This record gives sequence, C-alpha cells and structure tokens, in this order.
Amino acid sequence: MIDAANTAVSPLISARDLTKHFTVGKTMRPGSGRTVHAVEDVTLDVYRGETLGLVGESGSGKSTLGRCMTRLCDSTSGSLVFDGEDITRTGERGLLPVRRRMQMIFQDPSASLNPRRRVRDLVGDAVRVHGIRKGRAVEDWLRELMDIVGLRAEYLDRYPHEFSGGQRQRIGIARALAVEPELIVADEPVSALDVSVQAQIVNLFSELRERLNLTYVFIAHDLAVVRQVSTRVAVMYLGALVEIGETEDLYARPRHPYTEALLSAVPQARNRGRRSRIILEGEIPSPLNPPKGCKFSTRCPFAKERCHAERPELLPAGSGRSVACHYPLGSAAG
Amino acid sequence: MQETSSVNAPLLDVQGLSVSFSTDRGRVKAIDDVSFKVAEGEILSIVGESGSGKSVTLMSLLGLNDPKTTFVDGAVSFRGRHLLEMPDRELRRLRGKEIGLISQDPMTALTPVYTIGWQIAEQIRAHENVSKSAALKRAVELLAAVGLPNPDEAKDRYPHQLSGGMRQRAVIAMALSCNPKLLVADEPTTALDVTVQAQVLDLLLRLRDDFGSAIILITHDMGVVAEVADRVHVMYAGRIVEKGAAEAIFERPMHPYSWGLMASIPPIDGPRLPRLPSIPGMPPSPEAIPPGCAFAPRCRFARAACAERPPQRREGDHTVLCVLDAKEREELRASVLGEAVAA
Ligand SMILES: Nc1ncnc2c1ncn2[C@@H]1O[C@H](COP(=O)(O)OP(=O)(O)OP(=O)(O)O)[C@@H](O)[C@H]1O
Ligand SMILES: Nc1ncnc2c1ncn2[C@@H]1O[C@H](COP(=O)(O)OP(=O)(O)OP(=O)(O)O)[C@@H](O)[C@H]1O
Ligand code: SF4
Ligand code: SF4
Ligand SMILES: [Mg+2]
Ligand SMILES: [Mg+2]
Repeated sequence: MIDAANTAVSPLISARDLTKHFTVGKTMRPGSGRTVHAVEDVTLDVYRGETLGLVGESGSGKSTLGRCMTRLCDSTSGSLVFDGEDITRTGERGLLPVRRRMQMIFQDPSASLNPRRRVRDLVGDAVRVHGIRKGRAVEDWLRELMDIVGLRAEYLDRYPHEFSGGQRQRIGIARALAVEPELIVADEPVSALDVSVQAQIVNLFSELRERLNLTYVFIAHDLAVVRQVSTRVAVMYLGALVEIGETEDLYARPRHPYTEALLSAVPQARNRGRRSRIILEGEIPSPLNPPKGCKFSTRCPFAKERCHAERPELLPAGSGRSVACHYPLGSAAG
Repeated sequence: MQETSSVNAPLLDVQGLSVSFSTDRGRVKAIDDVSFKVAEGEILSIVGESGSGKSVTLMSLLGLNDPKTTFVDGAVSFRGRHLLEMPDRELRRLRGKEIGLISQDPMTALTPVYTIGWQIAEQIRAHENVSKSAALKRAVELLAAVGLPNPDEAKDRYPHQLSGGMRQRAVIAMALSCNPKLLVADEPTTALDVTVQAQVLDLLLRLRDDFGSAIILITHDMGVVAEVADRVHVMYAGRIVEKGAAEAIFERPMHPYSWGLMASIPPIDGPRLPRLPSIPGMPPSPEAIPPGCAFAPRCRFARAACAERPPQRREGDHTVLCVLDAKEREELRASVLGEAVAA
C-alpha cells in the first residue's frame, strides 16, 4: 500500500476556519433578514482510518458542519481540503469523483428516500452511475449490502413506506456504503435503532474501518455509542468547537465546562436512570446573536469577567487535547 | 408506586389488535393479537426490535394508517369510546385535543410551507376558541418550554430552517398544546442532546403530574425508559412478548429476547468493549413469522415445544410469552446477564 507513515499523519479531510451563515426572516424589505451563525471558524483535521465523534447541543451546527464537509452545502468562508486537494469552491463537475469518495448518512432518512422507488433502485443507482459493480455483480452487491445492514434481501423489492423508521435508516446506511466511499459522515445513524441492531451497526462500522480503512465522522447524541465507536471526540457548542481529544481521556477528564455538563446528563439504564446531572442555568443563547465573549458564558458555572469580554480560542492543552476555555477544568490555575 | 394501574378503569383499553397491509406480495400481517391497557396518569413504555410493530400499533389505534391498504381488527376503547368504529371527523377532533401525537418522523407532522409558530397556533385554534394572536403567544410559550432558544424568533422559521432536534421539539410543542389526556410519543427524544432530553422528559412528567395525563412512550433509549416509565411492554415480530412494571423488567426480565436487549446496552463507563454484544440473526419478515414463538430462530434456548404458540407465564403482574418455567428461567437469565442486571 501507500507509505504507512505518511498516511498516518496527513489528514483525509481538513477544514480551516470553516464558517456557514444562513439568512432567515428575509422579506421584500431591503435590509430585512437576520444571520444565523450555524458554524463559525471550525478548524478540524480528520485522519485516515479514524472515527471522529461529533457531539454537542441540539442546534449547535453538527449537521451543517457535516454537510459543509461533504460539500452538500457551500461554506460562507474558510477552506476545505480533501486528500490534499482544495475542494472549497470546486464546481459540480469537478466534484463528481470526490462525491463518490465521501458519503453522508442523513439524520432524517425518510426525507432522503424517494417514495416512488424501490430499495433496489434507491441503493443500486449510485452503484451503476459510479460503475462500482457491473452486470450481474450489481445484484450480488445489493444483496450483500442488505445483509451488512441486517435487512433481508427480499426487502430490495419494497418501497420506503413499507418500512419502519429504523429499517429506513438502515437503507440510508446501505446506500452510503454502496459506492465504497473512503469518508462517511454519519448523522445520527443509529438513533432510530433498538440497542441490539444498534450494536450490530456499531460493530459493523468498526469492522469496516479496519477492513477497508474507512474514515468516519460520527454525529450522535448517544454518548455511550459515541464512546464505543470513536477514536477522538469533538464537542460543539453554538457553532464552534469547544473541545476535542482522545475518546477515553476526554470522557474521563473533560476540560471544557460544557463537555462536563453534557457528560453528567447521560441517563443510564444500568442504575435505573439516576443521573447526577449538572443543570445548566441561564439563558440559552441564540445563533442569531451569539454572546460576545465565550459562547458558553451565559450558562457556564465558572464564568468570570474575562469570559464575557474575550472569546477563547481552541488551543492545544497537551496529550492531543484542545480546549476553547480561559479557565479549563483540572488546570492548576482553574 | 405503580400499583394503581390495575385498580383504576383504564383510560385506553386495546383488545386483540391485529393489523395487516395489502402489498404487492399480498396481504401481510404486521401486528398479531396485541392487547394492553393504559391507566390515567401512567407512563407506559413500548420497546422492542426495530420493525417489530411499535409504530404501526399506535398509528392504527389512532386511525392514522392509509385505510385503503390497511386492515385493522380488534377493539380499542378510549374513555369508554370505541376508536376503531369512530367516524373520521370525530376521530380527527379527538386527536390533537384529547390525544396528542408525537410521530416518529417530525417532517411528516410539519408542513414545509408554513412557519412552525403558525402551525402550532392553528393546531390550538382547531380545538379552542381563541384569537390568532393569543394562539401565537401560546405557541411561543410552548416553544420556550421545550427549550428552543429565542422562541420569539424561532416561531417565524420554516421547518427546513431548523436543526433535527429543533424540529422534533416543534412537534412536541404541538402535541402538548392542548394538554392531552393521552400523549402518544413515538421516539420523541432521538434527535435531542442529553441536556435538552432531560428538559423534555421533565416536561412530559409535568404533563402527567399537572393534568393526570397518560403517556405511551416508544423509545429505543433504555436510559430514558428506566428514568420515566411506570410499566414496560416488549414487542417482538408483531406481538407483545413481555409486560411488567419497569423495575421488574430491568431487574428480572423474563423473555430471552429482553435478555438480549438488556445485554446490548452500551456502557458509558468501564473498559471499552472490542465489540458490543448483540442478538445474532435477523427478525422474520412480517409474511414469514413462524406460527410458534417468533423468536425461536434466534433463541439460544429454543426447543421442540417452541414450534407451538408459547404459553403465557406470570410472576404477579409481570407476564411473558415463553415456554421456560420459573426455575429454568432464573438459571438461564443469570447465564446471559450475570450479576450486571440481577443486582
Ligand atoms: N437552511 C437553514 N436555514 C436557516 N437556518 C438553518 C438552516 N439549517 C440549519 N439552520 C440553523 O443552523 C443551526 C445549526 O443547525 P444544525 O442542523 O447544523 O444543528 P445540529 O447540531 O445538527 O442539531 P441537531 O442535533 O438538533 O440535529 C440551527 O440554529 C439551525 O436552526
Ligand atoms: N405501509 C406498510 N406496508 C407494508 N408493511 C409495512 C407498512 N408499514 C409498516 N410495515 C411493516 O410493518 C412492520 C412494523 O413496522 P413499525 O413501523 O411498526 O415498526 P417499529 O416497531 O415502529 O420499528 P422502528 O423501531 O424501526 O420504528 C415492519 O416490518 C414494517 O416493514
Ligand atoms: S471561557 Fe469562561 S465562560 Fe467560557 S467555558 Fe471557560 S470558564 Fe466558562
Ligand atoms: S418460547 Fe422458546 S424460542 Fe421462544 S423465547 Fe422462549 S425458549 Fe426461546
Ligand atoms: Mg442535526
Ligand atoms: Mg417506529
């Protein structure tokens, strides 16, 4: 294969200061409309063969970041490099070969499945368009894909409305895997599945990662699942990355106050739902009008004067961790 | 704390519900003889395999399946009224006022061309005689209650301008708008981060405490079940295979499928496992459900007797459909789950 040392250090995809704004409430009146700061100045490298877990508050910009990274939406500013090639502004034609190499699994599977087409076509079209398999081999591949996601091969002839929510989600996974991509951005891929099927899919992701050297960005709210699949975890809050680090280390020693609050809120079946959760007080800020200093300062239990005035940058904090906080937890001064 | 359920007359009583669909492959039975009751103020959680029929069960008792392709049998009574025989118009009036629904797919509950504030306000006005502006004001309060930041601005957004979790909360706000006597919530928290999830669960508990409402909660998140459910029903391949108080289901699950489910819950601490345990194999497709125990092809303990319809066994009000007797069940459970759950 290619020089192992080299692939280990060069990222498969890197974002630099990636920013995405939306305009809402625009009317005919000039000057109307307000800007949603959905993703702001995100700088992130995803290395080949790793699974980067992406977690954070609902509305913090995870799906938007995923869509920008896979070029399903254009970023407002910043740059994006995939396997050494700048794809920030590449046009549709130039993107075609890149599209096959990176796939997104959508949070809302029903919205992305055409109700009038059978699963065979929903999954098979991309296989033919990109020439992944030819002739009879297409059928064999489709059957194998169904098996991989835990659905019966006879389901290939059915329409999306004949499936349950979790079955539809698995069709979305099969469709993403069908073109043998290198990077998969999976947006809540297992949240509609019961824990046993979820375990099968999570194991499958790990297996494929090892077997095919796949790279994942895994967006999910279930922190136990994220812990299981991810090599590193990135935490988002209000459009920005606030912390990133090695999975086990980050779970054991969160350094950003938001990460700590998030981890404390996980309900657990094993101890009958007793959580010692940190309740976040204070106003939930809006991405229309983010707080001036630290974005978390309106709810942070440790906020000091400096936090309201000056926005902390995401800075390395040792052993592969980066934190965006003036007073990270567990530091001598903190 | 769960004992009241059998004493009160049930708010909802479902007897012998069966549902089949007509498809290209002929008529296919998805739900087979499902019966359950929900008492006022009770939170019933339905868990089970993806595709086992949880959503179909609830949609069909609310009359929400396509009547041209769906055949529903059985009796459903809600506060003494028979839902399955009710004329469409009357049923529609009931839904949204006395029965609130949070459907699994928020996009189907929302219309893309109207703002969410408008949609919630219309829902309120369909059942209550209030002015437009009063309804809109309530809509904003509801959006705030479900934790949407800046609700006054959010009300003017179209569904596609919201994140997945924000859309889900808009649907929750809509379902709660009339303080329904029965709330049917199908995976209401899948798209929510844990802090928002905690807030939404508190809101559901408040609905129960303040209005005595009952809640049927379908969820895959066993942590959520453990936190809020009074009773739990476990579904597999179109049947309810186990019913019991939440504590009993977590501490002494009786069905081998439930054991597999419990063993698959990923741990949040301790060493990371190289692989998560899961139940091998796939559930049967609805047209090929075995006549006996539907779990038999995947059950480690299956035996000849499992080819017949399994008997109902009970421990108090905890029941299961399985041939295993009490003694063998205890031993086998310990062999699957060890001390982890038995504690
Ligand atoms: N098309 C759009 N127009 C306007 N605003 C948008 C649009 N898409 C997303 N947003 C806004 O951008 C922000 C980030 O949304 P995004 O969907 O990325 O969040 P998320 O982290 O994926 O949340 P969730 O966990 O709820 O899915 C939200 O405030 C959302 O309202
Ligand atoms: N309109 C339909 N036509 C044919 N089959 C259907 C139809 N709707 C659902 N089914 C089938 O009925 C079964 C039960 O589906 P249901 O949606 O109730 O599952 P579920 O338990 O809610 O699963 P999930 O957890 O994945 O949402 C599934 O096997 C599904 O494929
Ligand atoms: S910078 Fe200040 S407000 Fe922000 S997270 Fe750190 S301590 Fe809290
Ligand atoms: S009836 Fe038989 S096959 Fe079914 S769960 Fe019990 S032991 Fe297993
Ligand atoms: Mg999202
Ligand atoms: Mg469902």
